[in-house]
Amino acid sequence: MKYLKFLLVGIFFGIVLVKSEAVSWYRIYEMFRFQSFHMYGIIGTAIASGILFLQISKRGIVKSIKGADIFVPKKEKGISRYIIGGILFGFGWALIGACPGPMYILLGTGVFSMAIAIAAAILGTYIYGALKNKLPH
Amino acid sequence: MEYILNPWPWYISGPLIAFVMALLLYFGKTFGMSSNLRTMCSIIGAGKTVNFFKFNWKAQIWNLIVVLGAVIGGFIATQFLSNDSVTNLNPATIMELQNMGFENSGATLVPNEMYGLEAITSPKGLFLLILGGLLVGFGTRYAGGCTSGHAITGLSSLQKPSLIAVVGFFIGGLIMANFILPLIF
Repeated sequence: MKYLKFLLVGIFFGIVLVKSEAVSWYRIYEMFRFQSFHMYGIIGTAIASGILFLQISKRGIVKSIKGADIFVPKKEKGISRYIIGGILFGFGWALIGACPGPMYILLGTGVFSMAIAIAAAILGTYIYGALKNKLPH
Repeated sequence: MEYILNPWPWYISGPLIAFVMALLLYFGKTFGMSSNLRTMCSIIGAGKTVNFFKFNWKAQIWNLIVVLGAVIGGFIATQFLSNDSVTNLNPATIMELQNMGFENSGATLVPNEMYGLEAITSPKGLFLLILGGLLVGFGTRYAGGCTSGHAITGLSSLQKPSLIAVVGFFIGGLIMANFILPLIF
């Protein structure tokens, strides 16, 4: 039962991303070709709302379900890993038109061939894990 | 009801995505979809060969449940909450995609030319999906997050590493969409 809330959040997330067309390969292509404002609008308003929420919660107005402060883990410092990893991720994102969230969601919409990309993404993650200590971070 | 069945405008969708992040933080968790790929590696035994996957994946079950929900949400949205409206793409986009061999752009969520049965049973189509998946999986873990973890959560919490990662996402995406895709198709 303790997982029910996470199932509901996931369902809501899946519905929002389909209805917003953020899972559309075409919308991602259009975004990277600067031919539409749609995705920029989504990402921009998501970040603006997120900043608002985190600024409010930082002042202790919103607490977590357990009464603790809302906490966002700090990312490690570094440049190489973020820029190189980010560029490689961007290549993949624009090629298959989906990042990890939409990959799962698209499977649910009936794009079963996405299972191939998901399996490859799991393998890609494994390859990173195996090479981690040899890569600049 | 029409409002729900039609595609949702960006100014509604963006804040709703932030709401997902807020809910997960409220539940004491974080919004990060790519972490599940690492968890899946661990579940299938990657921890035996690589230390990076040696962790208590059971503590990540909640996130796999979010993924399960997302799959169900995708099903509900297309089966019950959609009409037959097509994605309202820029006519210029449709035109140039047509020149690259993509028909009926926007009628489906993903192009048949990449995800259809004919595409995935051709060596080129299969190769592209595998390559794209590998890049997403490798890149996201290298960068320590994806669109949810860096672009939404990281930028909302004003973290510099996330800004660098998102700049990377866009450099990669811009190169792929503007220079590499036209060579492939």
